[in-house]
Amino acid sequence: MINLPRRAILRTLGISACMFAIAAAMPAGAQDRASVKIGYAISKTGGNAGGAGITTIPNYQLWVKEVNDAGGLELPDGTRLPIEVIEYDDRSSAEEVVRATERLATQDQVDFILPPWGTGFNLAVAPMFDRFGYPQLAVSSVTDKAPDFVKRWKRSFWMLGGGSDYTDALAGLLKKAIGEGKINNKIAMISVADGFGVDLVTAARPSFNEAELEVVYDVTYPVGTTDFTSMINEAAASGADTFVAFSYPPETFAITQQAQVAKFNPKVLYLGVGAAFPNFGPDLGANAEGIMSLGGIDPKNEANVAYRKRHEEVIGRAPDLWGSVVTYASLQMLQEAIKRRGLDREAVSDELSNGAFQTVLGEVKLEDNQLRTLWFGGQWQNGNFVAVAPVDREGVSEAILPKASWK
Amino acid sequence: MLVTTIINGLVLGGTYALLAMGLTIQYGIARIMNLAYGETIIAAAFLAFVLNSTLGVAPLVSLLVAAPAGFALSYLIYGLMLHPLVKRSKGRASLEVDSILATFGLLFVIQGVMLVFFGGNYISYTYMNFGIDILGSSVAANRLTALILALVLGGGLYLLLTRTLWGTALRAVSVAPQSAPLVGIDADRAARFAFALGGALATCGGVVISMYQTFTASSGVIFTMKALIVVILGGVGNLAGALSAGLLLGLVETLVATYVSPGLTLAAVYFIFLGVLLWRPSGLFGRAR
Repeated sequence: MINLPRRAILRTLGISACMFAIAAAMPAGAQDRASVKIGYAISKTGGNAGGAGITTIPNYQLWVKEVNDAGGLELPDGTRLPIEVIEYDDRSSAEEVVRATERLATQDQVDFILPPWGTGFNLAVAPMFDRFGYPQLAVSSVTDKAPDFVKRWKRSFWMLGGGSDYTDALAGLLKKAIGEGKINNKIAMISVADGFGVDLVTAARPSFNEAELEVVYDVTYPVGTTDFTSMINEAAASGADTFVAFSYPPETFAITQQAQVAKFNPKVLYLGVGAAFPNFGPDLGANAEGIMSLGGIDPKNEANVAYRKRHEEVIGRAPDLWGSVVTYASLQMLQEAIKRRGLDREAVSDELSNGAFQTVLGEVKLEDNQLRTLWFGGQWQNGNFVAVAPVDREGVSEAILPKASWK
Repeated sequence: MLVTTIINGLVLGGTYALLAMGLTIQYGIARIMNLAYGETIIAAAFLAFVLNSTLGVAPLVSLLVAAPAGFALSYLIYGLMLHPLVKRSKGRASLEVDSILATFGLLFVIQGVMLVFFGGNYISYTYMNFGIDILGSSVAANRLTALILALVLGGGLYLLLTRTLWGTALRAVSVAPQSAPLVGIDADRAARFAFALGGALATCGGVVISMYQTFTASSGVIFTMKALIVVILGGVGNLAGALSAGLLLGLVETLVATYVSPGLTLAAVYFIFLGVLLWRPSGLFGRAR
């Protein structure tokens, strides 16, 4: 019908590409106030907004509200100062998060900086936190290199474990189930070709190998994949009883839906980020039963139950069942460290390293600047995402295998 | 196995085709490269989600609301925002640059409004997620709906454009906007109508994909880019081209995912795109100039 010369198409493409590039580079606005200043740069828009909006931002808001409602942050002399928040939107851009963090440190001169969301972003800002002497309580970052990072950046704290913690825990759980004769030792595994998926699958291969599990299908797919039918068909044909997907939330939801359509019923269904979102279980109803993922909570931990209730009241929805409670606990640690040592960042970092803290996770004491007592695997059981791994920790629930068939 | 793969590929391609048809009309006939196209899709997806979760309205029913709303809104946007640009533009190139800049701004307005109302969270709900058996392979009913809608809308509009006087007028505007008035065609009215029609198609796509695809307030850009690839592959302004290019992309992605590696699907798509740009820059179905 209409013909466009090549030049016009290239011009359009070029201009479009430039515009999107400019969008990514545009600086975000700021609000400026005084008092005990706490700042953070977080992804309120862009690709990371979905994750940050579930695990990180609500907990920052909840904590600030609770502290200020109680009269402010308590200092060693017993006085209280209200928190003034300085918030930047990093627009899900790694350059922007670094720029905003530098701005918080040099221009706004905040007293403390809360970390951004995501493994990559926490690594991106770590040198900045270190250079300006801020403690970095990195929660939403899963990395096996935490011991190295702690040596490089002395005031960095890593709160969510590393990839091999999760895959070792999964391998341990699977091995136990194989020993009980519930499943065979074959695994079909897919992973997203991006930070989280790459880290986890790299950790999973040796974990599974060591546990003498046989990986019969192992492929990666690009971010933004929406159609998983061919991968599900291949996995079903592979004869594996266990299907593992190290996926991001949109893909996790898509896999869940498409597995139902394909009537694909692996005995173990382990999905990535998103399966521990608070709505995942209720939305799926009976179909959620038996689905496993990273994280999990101990439903008998009363402090955690109370936290979940407060979160729901203040934010209007429940927190997720993996990183949220750890995020909140890290803020409680910061609050307590300030109460003990004041606003001196060096002293607060020292307290975070060496002190013991009462939090919603129970008593927390970091080992080599890392939180090691964590739940590495959970399973939906009766509408709760309960912790099932590591299998030898106190408060763990027994995994129900095989997973119920789709209704 | 091959039959299953082909069926799955066509179903996936149906989604791509459905998402691209509106853009091909907007860009091809109204000559507006609408960067806010994906935001229109997302807005419709939110509409379907809200109607479904609060009032329990089935997404297919909300099409009856979404399509006219998309038409009216796009009509308004063209009249208020794009018409002045068209009037003062000296030629195709300047209009293209102006419309890209203007709709780029519009993108942020629509996105900002959605962020205020819905926040940045992932939205997904399930509707018609059951398998339908086609030649022995189970296909998701909601995705099949997208394919059928793409075929019906694409085919119907194609016939309208090629077989009716009204369609001929639209095509005349698309081929020679300067000369069309000489034979008594109101080019401005035709362009405005085409832009609105494209908006209505975008909202149809948005409603349908909301049934099975997770979206956020800021994921519109992804849809614009995917649609742009399909549009350019198929030939700008060519509905049948968009339809076939969409189906082709779906087929290629699924075949590559099954027989080569799921990791190479994107690479395969861009490889084809590059090839078409190099050897058939006017698209698979556009005539060479």
